[in-house]
Amino acid sequence: MTIKVDRESGAGTGLSGLSLPRPLRVILSVIVTVGLTFLGLLFVTFIIGRVVPIDPVLAIVGDRAPEHVIERVRQELGLDLPLYEQFAIYVWNVLQGDLGNSVLTANPVLEDIKRVFPATLELATVATLLGVLLGVPMGVLAAVYQGRWPDQVIRVVGLLGYSIPVFWLGLMGLLLFYATLDWVPGPGRLNFVYDGFIDPVTGVMLIDAAMAGEWDIFWNAASHLILPASILGYFSLAYISRMTRSFMLEQLSQEYITTARVKGVKEWRVIWVHALGNVRVPLVTVIALSYANLLEGSVLTEIVFAWPGLGFYLTQSLLNADMNAVLGATMVVGAVFIGINLLSDVLYRVLDPRAR
Amino acid sequence: MRKLFACVVAATMAVTAAPTVAETPRDTLVMAFQIDDIITLDPAEIFEFSGAEYAGNTYDRLIGYDPKDVSNVFGVAAESWTISDDGKTYTFKMREGVTFASGNPMTAEDAAFSLQRAIILDKSPAFILTQFGFTPDNVADKIRATDEMTLVIETDQAYAPTFLLYCLTATISSIVDKKTVMANEKDGDLGHEWLRTNYAGVGPFKLRQWRPNESLLLDRNDDYWGGAPAMKRVIIRHIVEPSAQQLLLEKGDIDIARNLGPDQLDSVRSNGDLYVQVGVKGAIYYLGLSQKHEALSNPKVRQALKYLVDYKGMEGTIVRDLMSVHQAFLPRGFLGALEDTPFTLDVSKAKQLLAEAGYPDGFKVTMDTRNTSPIMDMAQSIQATFAQGGVDLEIIPGDGKQTLTKYRARNHDIYIGRWGPDYQDPHTNADTFARNPDNSDDAKSKPLAWRNSWDIPDMTQVANAAILERDPAKRAEMYLDIQKAHQATSPFVIMFQQAEVAGVRADTKGFIIGPAFDDNRYYDVTKN
Repeated sequence: MTIKVDRESGAGTGLSGLSLPRPLRVILSVIVTVGLTFLGLLFVTFIIGRVVPIDPVLAIVGDRAPEHVIERVRQELGLDLPLYEQFAIYVWNVLQGDLGNSVLTANPVLEDIKRVFPATLELATVATLLGVLLGVPMGVLAAVYQGRWPDQVIRVVGLLGYSIPVFWLGLMGLLLFYATLDWVPGPGRLNFVYDGFIDPVTGVMLIDAAMAGEWDIFWNAASHLILPASILGYFSLAYISRMTRSFMLEQLSQEYITTARVKGVKEWRVIWVHALGNVRVPLVTVIALSYANLLEGSVLTEIVFAWPGLGFYLTQSLLNADMNAVLGATMVVGAVFIGINLLSDVLYRVLDPRAR
Repeated sequence: MRKLFACVVAATMAVTAAPTVAETPRDTLVMAFQIDDIITLDPAEIFEFSGAEYAGNTYDRLIGYDPKDVSNVFGVAAESWTISDDGKTYTFKMREGVTFASGNPMTAEDAAFSLQRAIILDKSPAFILTQFGFTPDNVADKIRATDEMTLVIETDQAYAPTFLLYCLTATISSIVDKKTVMANEKDGDLGHEWLRTNYAGVGPFKLRQWRPNESLLLDRNDDYWGGAPAMKRVIIRHIVEPSAQQLLLEKGDIDIARNLGPDQLDSVRSNGDLYVQVGVKGAIYYLGLSQKHEALSNPKVRQALKYLVDYKGMEGTIVRDLMSVHQAFLPRGFLGALEDTPFTLDVSKAKQLLAEAGYPDGFKVTMDTRNTSPIMDMAQSIQATFAQGGVDLEIIPGDGKQTLTKYRARNHDIYIGRWGPDYQDPHTNADTFARNPDNSDDAKSKPLAWRNSWDIPDMTQVANAAILERDPAKRAEMYLDIQKAHQATSPFVIMFQQAEVAGVRADTKGFIIGPAFDDNRYYDVTKN
């Protein structure tokens, strides 16, 4: 879902005829593209949600409700209206900042998202950091020692990370590191006895605890993060190291590398500065994509680790046809993708002089 | 997958040294429990299992019953009651000196308001009260406080007394604090929006915090009229994965694990620090055979299928600990429950019945099945035994809400389902399994008999008469008769009654698993 903005003309968005200053045109066309992307995203999600053969009223009234209650709730939710009308009403409310209420949690969707998204954000960020810090050097090493044992080892590690189901890995991780070795605490974001002691400000447990000066809780939250973040991080590590390796292999066979070596530049400099320096632009895309994927929420990891994040919220809502919640969460996922894409566009310009 | 994992867990636990055990605070009960079904905390709306359990521990009702002997009914918020000679007027004397968690004193006015409110709000469970002739228009007259401590309830007919009394023990009859609720009223909603996520009652515990799909925290009500419970706090943590619950329990990070499967219960049993607690629940597992399906509408075919289920086999394996064989629509423990189990897996008898019905080579049929354990495992067992009789069963897996939507629209052939009673009177199940006042597509009431298109005007009459029989012995006899006829003819293959099982740490005592979901109590829990 890369947002392509034609910097020269603003073409494709119908703005080329307007005589506006260039920066303004760029911004406008970004807004129009983003707006259209969102509308399309909402439309598709809405239609899928409505054609799924699940009656959303059931989630609210349960299996036993008498017919008149079911009918009344259907009307209250506006489900008796034609689809296009329901969609129009929804979009109109969203434009006014009202994402509606979730039927499952009885809360406004916006509040729910404020509660679940920080949990996912915390997990995904730490996992991505782990993935980058370990994955990039591993990829570089694998490329440098191509075909020899470090490469083989790293490739096997990556392959395993790619192919083992996260659900299984999570449970095995718990069994080994929590139940048997006692190195990490069990599922959840905190030990249960700490539940309810920290008022969520940002929703990111580490930040909230640090702000409240509750260092016990901070370390507890950090220790709860280690295992799920490592497991998610393993997956992004697998992806990042593989991509780094292939990018590096391509660079290392270039003539400028040979030239550098001939000129007597130290080998570590050739690898870590010259070659890696030229890899950073495609690498940013890879990292951004893997980060965005994690921010969608990883349902299975969340279930195994009882981590109340976005993925679990979205799945649960979908299974109950709780459309306001599904659409709200989808918009967050969409916004994350668009935001990260824009961010990596900006990073390109910083990192790549040709794109300035 | 889960089975495999459970085996690996068991094996690893067996070979590794006993891990160090964490400890939860002694005045805090910590429990892992799937609580994602809670969608509201307003007792007038609660109709979910874990929601009912919340209300049972935080709200008192006028009367209650002993979870070990349901026929023993006693006063809770009411001290005593009398029933008029014509059987239509019930007068309750309220308990003196009871205060809500807010500090407001509890009066008959609060009790009247709570029942009126439930009827006016008219949420899903409201029928439990409206079946006595209360409507939003007449309820102010029919349910009223005649003085500060006296509550009068007038029903439209002279029902069997236990019928009303048991309905007053249901979650919907919980007493809310009128002053607090009305102070939070918005647009004439009787405080509903507010109470969906807040608390206003009297009970052993009060709400501290509810985070949907995450946790439910309760605090002790220190001023509870019956004496404060031993536990200062109750922490209920939503843990989906049974294996994770098992690990937490074995490590001592929780005191009670509520959603363990048969494999996990085995390892709990073999662990000296833990024990398994079992409580018989009222829920029934059954197959609903749609009478719109030509073969299934044949009475002989219906009986044949009842001989093609391996009740004993399933009881000993896939539903071990979780269910016991039961073949009548009233669960054990209810007035007039029929405990005969005439059906066993008998392939030759089934084949003979099928041949007599004109299906010597069997037929094809589909079954809508929730893709969860143990329902899916049961479906596979049934598929195998049906095949022995020549019946080709195709399982259509689906999410719970999806299969239910189809079932409610009468678009199924066979539906494998679970039905839990709404209150402790036999009418709750007779109403749905043995009554079908109108079999047309746009019927006003759509009980299970309707969903399976089973048109039974005569049985409906008998079931209607049973709620007006005021002599308990005669009434029990009537229900026995209905169940016998039902067993012999109905399109319901009733298979099992549910048991609820929890894994508990040895130092935690006194958790009660009662017959209804609002009878699961933490009041007597102690830890040493």
